[in-house]
Amino acid sequence: MTIEWYLVVSALIFCIGAAGVLTRRNPLVILLCLELMLNAGNLALIAFSRMWGNGDGQVFAIVVMVVAACEVVIGLGLIVALYRRRLPIDVDDLRELHG
Amino acid sequence: MAELFFFLTAIVAIAGAIGVVALRNPFFSVLALVCHLLALAGLFLLLRAEFVAFAQVIVYAGAVMVLYVFVVGYIGGTAEQLKAWDGPSHRGIAIVFAALVFVELAIAILGSSLKALGTDGAAYEPGFGSPAQIGELLLTRFLFVFEAASLLLLIAAVGAVVLARRRGGIHDEPQRVAVSDFLLPPGVGTMAEAVGGPDGRPNPTLTPRREEPAELEGGQR
Repeated sequence: MTIEWYLVVSALIFCIGAAGVLTRRNPLVILLCLELMLNAGNLALIAFSRMWGNGDGQVFAIVVMVVAACEVVIGLGLIVALYRRRLPIDVDDLRELHG
Repeated sequence: MAELFFFLTAIVAIAGAIGVVALRNPFFSVLALVCHLLALAGLFLLLRAEFVAFAQVIVYAGAVMVLYVFVVGYIGGTAEQLKAWDGPSHRGIAIVFAALVFVELAIAILGSSLKALGTDGAAYEPGFGSPAQIGELLLTRFLFVFEAASLLLLIAAVGAVVLARRRGGIHDEPQRVAVSDFLLPPGVGTMAEAVGGPDGRPNPTLTPRREEPAELEGGQR
């Protein structure tokens, strides 16, 4: 398969993730959709790494995985803290910073 | 054979992504994301990124997803209820926006002047994408990135412990800790206790209120 096919799949997954971030209201699912978008970026990075025959893109993908793991840990910690304070687990109700 | 495997994994990956977005129960969303990640690891294998594919399966589909499942089990997977203002219009705008982003990305891919996009990639050389090559790159050319990633992981771990500990990450009232708490423990008979009570705060039964007449205050004593 040519590299273009992988890039089109990556773009499609990215757009599905973006639509999920915009439509869902549960912060857990929003984190999952962010994972989708980061993985789409990973797929594009690895496709380009294969295109050039160079390992740099794969190292970049691993770094993206590290950052995604950190984001997940902090996000889930925030959700657990919200749950302990009996706050609603809904991003539309958590609008104190809305102004 | 490679085409068959590509379409199989790509369709499973896209179906998993749609499942994450469309399923109401967060627990099923997590399971759909696990399917998506496994299919994506298959795509990575097709691109000859062996190490990243296995790291994806072990770290992502294994460890990170277990963390998600624990949190969903702790919170309790409650399905979202629909609200009045969040009708089909809001959802429609989001889907139109995502479709526009996809069209833009497709234009960028198809209109790219990169000649190598239409090929199967560079000639495969043995050792490409192996742990040896990734490790050598990480420890020579990307050493700073490697160290920064380790520091970031440490900060994230400490932050998660601080956020999710038993007392809750965000205090209702901040605890006041003063040096005098250690130097003068309660009950040692200081002047402040004689005036204000054992906790050092003004005693409401002893301090005269400004509104009350003086003789009433004297009568209480």
